[in-house]
Amino acid sequence: MTETFRQKGTLPPGFLVPVRDGETDEFFVNLGPQHPATHGALRLVVRLDGETVREVVPHMGYIHRGIEYQAERCSALQSILFSDRFDYLTAHMNNHCVCMAIERALGIGVPERGEYVRVIVDELTRVSSHLIFLGSFGTDLGGTTCFLYAFKMREAITQVFDELCGARLTMNFYRPGGSSADVPESFEGSVRNAVKTVREGMKEWNDFLTGNVIFQERTRGVGILSAERAIALGCSGPVLRGSGVEFDVRRKNPYGIYDRFDFDVPVGSVGDVWDRYMVRVEEIEQSLRIVEQALASFPAGPWRSKERVSWRLPEGSWYAEAETAKGTLGVFLEGTGKSDRPWRIKVRSPSFSNLMALDEMCRGGKVADVVACLGSIDPVIPEVDR
Amino acid sequence: MNALIDLSANNAVGDFVRDVLFPNSPALAWAANGLLGVAALLLFPVFLGAPFLIWMERKVCAHMQARLGPMRHGPHGAVQTIADVVKLVFKEIAPPGGVDRLVYLLAPGIPLTASFLVLAVVPWGANLQVADPEQGVFYVVAVGALGLLGFLVGAWASNNKFALLGAMRAGAQMLSYEISLSVLLLLVMLLSGESSLREIVLSQRGTVLDWWVFKAPVVGPLAFVLYLVSSTAELNRGPFDLIEAEQELTAGYQTEYSGMGFSMFYLAEYVNMTIQAALVSTFFLGGFLPPLVGIAPVDAALAAVPGVVWMVAKTLAIVFVYMWFRWSFPRPRVDQLLALEWKTLLPANLAVFALGMLALAMGWILP
Repeated sequence: MTETFRQKGTLPPGFLVPVRDGETDEFFVNLGPQHPATHGALRLVVRLDGETVREVVPHMGYIHRGIEYQAERCSALQSILFSDRFDYLTAHMNNHCVCMAIERALGIGVPERGEYVRVIVDELTRVSSHLIFLGSFGTDLGGTTCFLYAFKMREAITQVFDELCGARLTMNFYRPGGSSADVPESFEGSVRNAVKTVREGMKEWNDFLTGNVIFQERTRGVGILSAERAIALGCSGPVLRGSGVEFDVRRKNPYGIYDRFDFDVPVGSVGDVWDRYMVRVEEIEQSLRIVEQALASFPAGPWRSKERVSWRLPEGSWYAEAETAKGTLGVFLEGTGKSDRPWRIKVRSPSFSNLMALDEMCRGGKVADVVACLGSIDPVIPEVDR
Repeated sequence: MNALIDLSANNAVGDFVRDVLFPNSPALAWAANGLLGVAALLLFPVFLGAPFLIWMERKVCAHMQARLGPMRHGPHGAVQTIADVVKLVFKEIAPPGGVDRLVYLLAPGIPLTASFLVLAVVPWGANLQVADPEQGVFYVVAVGALGLLGFLVGAWASNNKFALLGAMRAGAQMLSYEISLSVLLLLVMLLSGESSLREIVLSQRGTVLDWWVFKAPVVGPLAFVLYLVSSTAELNRGPFDLIEAEQELTAGYQTEYSGMGFSMFYLAEYVNMTIQAALVSTFFLGGFLPPLVGIAPVDAALAAVPGVVWMVAKTLAIVFVYMWFRWSFPRPRVDQLLALEWKTLLPANLAVFALGMLALAMGWILP
């Protein structure tokens, strides 16, 4: 391959850095679409000079299912179902975002109890998604033992969801105006148990991985992304906050009842892999704080606004955004006024934008840093491809 | 104290061959015993040692990861490895296109051969050793380094970029750590004044405090810990398993190997681990000597246990430590690993070596 592109004088598609004159031979390695570290069917073409990475080009689309188009074939209510399949780790939050768009379109309000349920469940989802990040990130760096410890913590949260809606992954629980059912009797107890389990588990986790010398060596100063570049590339969520930009939709553009709770927005200072990791570790604690505050003032009363007869979308377009565990999820909805089917649904997925920063993080690093950087972005490939 | 350790006892099989089968022909008895020794040497680790270690690794790993590990075949999955071996034997060896066939097929045998050659000089008991060359330490260093060749040529021959990166790392990593190991082996050799492995063990006769890990204050414990770290890197085991780093290079040097080719590499890893653990116990933990504590009745009981049991027990304990390492730590990056060797471990080893020599020259430690 080296000879081929030199003879032709062209590079494979996507590569921008010009070929250097001189002795060194560069070569291309495919990490993925079948590779232990790519978190799904993502193909990274890595341009290497020995072990040093010159450029990384991500190739997406291996799990493109046309979710947006499929959702346009269904009624707005049915389209909630598809949002479970964007980022399957934060299904509740995706549901929430789609529901908010529909609520704005139809002018539906959400009762107090419904909003509280959404906050509690959303924050637990964030914790559960971050726990998966912790587990898989440890594994990416070669510490395979971490994985199940994160899953053990997450199991307590999954139990809550199991009792809530019978599902453990694709929840499909929220509806415009509230949720599909009221929370069960055991809800508050299970949530308290989950909070306790995660708190205790995170102590053990920090002793085991966060404080590890090799782990810190592998993450500090690796994959630095400056605040300016992070904004320019459209990053959001922990990737943006890791670079030191204090942007959180819950704080800057509060939706639901997030303006009532007291929580911090953790930010990094350097923008390296370590900062992105620590932002997530801190966010777990902040989310638990929100859950506790919400539980303390959990109101009784109706959990869903009155059932509607007609779901016909009026003419116009609406946009809702939410802070999911991966970043800012945006749902754009356009109705024609003739049908309950949206004319257009467009999703702004955080993983897609965050993935664009991968090339900049990896340049000049080693092969192992590509895996660390990719892990620190925490992309969910079905959300990238949709 | 030393009277408790009986060095004259021969092994039962050897006596049987000598006294019962060939009482009149020492030459035939010698030849038969030699063949038996080589056969035992090959069969024991392949059919008993490695499967047990692989099962042990899976169990240790599983329990550290809050899992159970293999549970289906045999009690607690005891014969799972046998089932895996049978599967691997029947698997097709599928060389990809553009492979240097001869080298590709020969390479998996090289690390295994090197391992067996080292195994020949490991003293499992006072008289349980295939060969005891006068220059045992040098032999171990020289022959042990051959294994690297198998990883290098196997990866280069298999026409795969992941394997190529793995081979690159193997060359850099194993050669670097070879130096550290050699310095530490040299240290023990000079401290004990012996270069035969059996004699090195015998130089540690006495109580536990006469083992080289304790006998030489400061130098002994330091050398022991440094040797454990360096040998983990030399073994290519986690956290220093960079040459096969799953998350980066899928399977590194053995990416294109399947069936028996893969299992030979795999087997070599476990035989190598046994050897390094056996060397640690030979050089630092008194090898086949019982851990006497200096209390007469206890010592008598401890000394009654055959030396081979102590040797295997110590080896397994060190193997467990290797597994513990592997399943606890994340993996460093390749440049960090080499920096660790050249900037930290090697200077530290040389300092310990110099300290040991100084202590020896000043007569602080008696060989």
